[in-house]
Amino acid sequence: MSAKLEHYVATEPFEPLATETLTPEQERFYRASQWKIMWWKFRRHRIAVISAWLLLFFYASILVSEVLSPYNLHSRDTRHIYAPPQSLQLFHEGKFVGPFVYGYSMELNMQTMRREFRPDQTKVQALRFFCRGDGYEFWDLFEADLHLVCPAAGGTFFLFGTDRLGRDVLSRIIHGTRISLTVGLLGIAVSFLIGIILGGISGYYGGWIDSLIQRFIEMVRSFPELPLWMALSAALPVNWSPVLVYFGITIILGLLDWPGLARAVRSKLLALREEEFATAAVLMGATPGRVIGRHLLPSFASHLIASLTLSVPSMILGETALSFLGLGLRPPVTSWGVLLNEAQNINVVALYPWLMLPVVPVFVVVLAFNFFGDGLRDAADPYR
Amino acid sequence: MLTYTIRRLLIMIPTLLVISFVTFSIIKLPPGDFLSNQIAELRSQGDKAALERAEFMRAQYGLDKPFLEQYAVWVGIWPTERGFSGLLQGDWGWSFEHDLPVAEVVGDRMLLSFILNFTVILFTWAVAFPIGAYAATHQYSWGDYGLTLLGYVGLATPNFLFALVLMYFANVEFGLAIGGIMDPEYLDKPWSWAKFGSVLNHLWIPVIVIGTSGTAGMIRRLRANLLDELQKQYVVTARAKGMPPFGLLVKYPLRMSLNPFIADIGNLLPSVISGSAIVAVVLSLQTSGPMLLDALRSQDQYLAGSFLMFLALLTVIGMFISDLLLAVLDPRIRLTGGMAR
Repeated sequence: MSAKLEHYVATEPFEPLATETLTPEQERFYRASQWKIMWWKFRRHRIAVISAWLLLFFYASILVSEVLSPYNLHSRDTRHIYAPPQSLQLFHEGKFVGPFVYGYSMELNMQTMRREFRPDQTKVQALRFFCRGDGYEFWDLFEADLHLVCPAAGGTFFLFGTDRLGRDVLSRIIHGTRISLTVGLLGIAVSFLIGIILGGISGYYGGWIDSLIQRFIEMVRSFPELPLWMALSAALPVNWSPVLVYFGITIILGLLDWPGLARAVRSKLLALREEEFATAAVLMGATPGRVIGRHLLPSFASHLIASLTLSVPSMILGETALSFLGLGLRPPVTSWGVLLNEAQNINVVALYPWLMLPVVPVFVVVLAFNFFGDGLRDAADPYR
Repeated sequence: MLTYTIRRLLIMIPTLLVISFVTFSIIKLPPGDFLSNQIAELRSQGDKAALERAEFMRAQYGLDKPFLEQYAVWVGIWPTERGFSGLLQGDWGWSFEHDLPVAEVVGDRMLLSFILNFTVILFTWAVAFPIGAYAATHQYSWGDYGLTLLGYVGLATPNFLFALVLMYFANVEFGLAIGGIMDPEYLDKPWSWAKFGSVLNHLWIPVIVIGTSGTAGMIRRLRANLLDELQKQYVVTARAKGMPPFGLLVKYPLRMSLNPFIADIGNLLPSVISGSAIVAVVLSLQTSGPMLLDALRSQDQYLAGSFLMFLALLTVIGMFISDLLLAVLDPRIRLTGGMAR
């Protein structure tokens, strides 16, 4: 008989966490919610973060458009029609004067019969800040006349030049932001609603309902978008008020955008409804609406938000295109597309190129939305 | 394969029917119609003869009939006094504004639209393919970032403005005529080599303008697909065997990532047609865009309807071809036995 092996028993008290200790970082990561992880991932995407700040800035400017713009939307300066942009200066004859512009000197060119404006180096017009300028009704609530920046008394400040009625292009762009940016959001809301409902029904029920909705989606997708938008907005009654037209346009933009979203929702739902947690919810007697809304949707909400962000730019561009054709919004409602409508002919490109400046914010916002959406999508993807 | 083709063709019929119905309803949405507007105008002028003619036309084209009957007559599934005569019988209807049959008004325009859209797709492919391949093989290089940015820029510039600026510079730098898809003297002339050359000469501006907006998406998709393929084991194996990188790239992964190109015609076509509609207005091309816009504005219902139907038909057929090509090119896609999900 062999010697009995000593049975080893540790004498120190049992410490369950001793074997596997997590560093504080790991612990933070494992305990973080889905949204927190998304946020961390998003933060690493430098361009997306910058775009997010930019968009925030643009949307914040909507709240105080009247204050930010040096002039009012409709204020006209008949002495300065088609005046070119004034450039912002800091030094006059080697001396620092602070931000100012040189005033115009105007002369009539008898050959072309056009007024020609030139900066006059003797007219130094220092800008005023937080000053009283054109009076306006702030959000139709109360009257005010505070502006962030105003021209010198008796001077002008047309950073982006003026249009055919002598209106300041910069001020009009700032006012146009309000309409242009919200058109996209409202359109998205419409398409989101349709997409979620149809995609949800299609993916959850499957079967013949699914194939019916799928055929329907295919049909909608095979419509060429813009011609149909054109037809729909041509169908808007002429006697509608500009505000009604605005809502009409947003709905039209949303009406054709949902199929992509509906497909995404459907394919996710098809996969998710087989999961145990969905079955459990059904067995506990949850209604289909509750199962979809409370259990299934949240698991891919982040993905949805990302794809929504990515479809805002096409709406903004759509509105711009429609207004440019004269089928979209109509003055006095001012959007970037309405402003660009003025830049419709080749003369503008040749003679008054600054009237095309409203394209800059369109460009910046569309780019920012694309980068922001890309960042969100990457962050929402659990496999990266 | 045959059954799939037939089924796919059969699906197109209800699709086109629904599209035609929706199109017609949208066109009829605004109150009144072209002739009733015109009749009101003539009545105020007291023009008796023209008034009678307009009334006669209104009756002949059944504009006084209920909506559904008008639709059925337009499609050609409902007889008028002159028997069946609608889209199905090849009768596009009557353009009130031009006082001509739609087929005659439209003439070359449909063909030109088709040529334009087809060229744009070729252009998009020709540009997106090398750029996408380069961006994927040189991932995270300056070239990759630069080209991606360029793609984004194309995506974010509104087409119509780009068209204006490009047209201006083409005129100033190269002395090209402004607008139009051919020199004015060739309009309404029969096709000849000179006319064809003139079209080619004018075509490149709209092609570049419309193409740039679709290229960005295509580049991104090709890059993503190719990146996925490049990580696969067969690529590693081939590389380990010492296969030259370029030959390897062209022979295997590039072919695999070709599928999205074909599949994308379906996505590309509606956007190309949309793009060409607006660019055509800006550049006053003699394609469908400007005429469609006018027809929509003046409620010239058969002209507008036939145009929209034509564009929809182009899209539907394009999607059909892309589905078929995909099935032929990719052996992994099995069409027998149930629907491909």
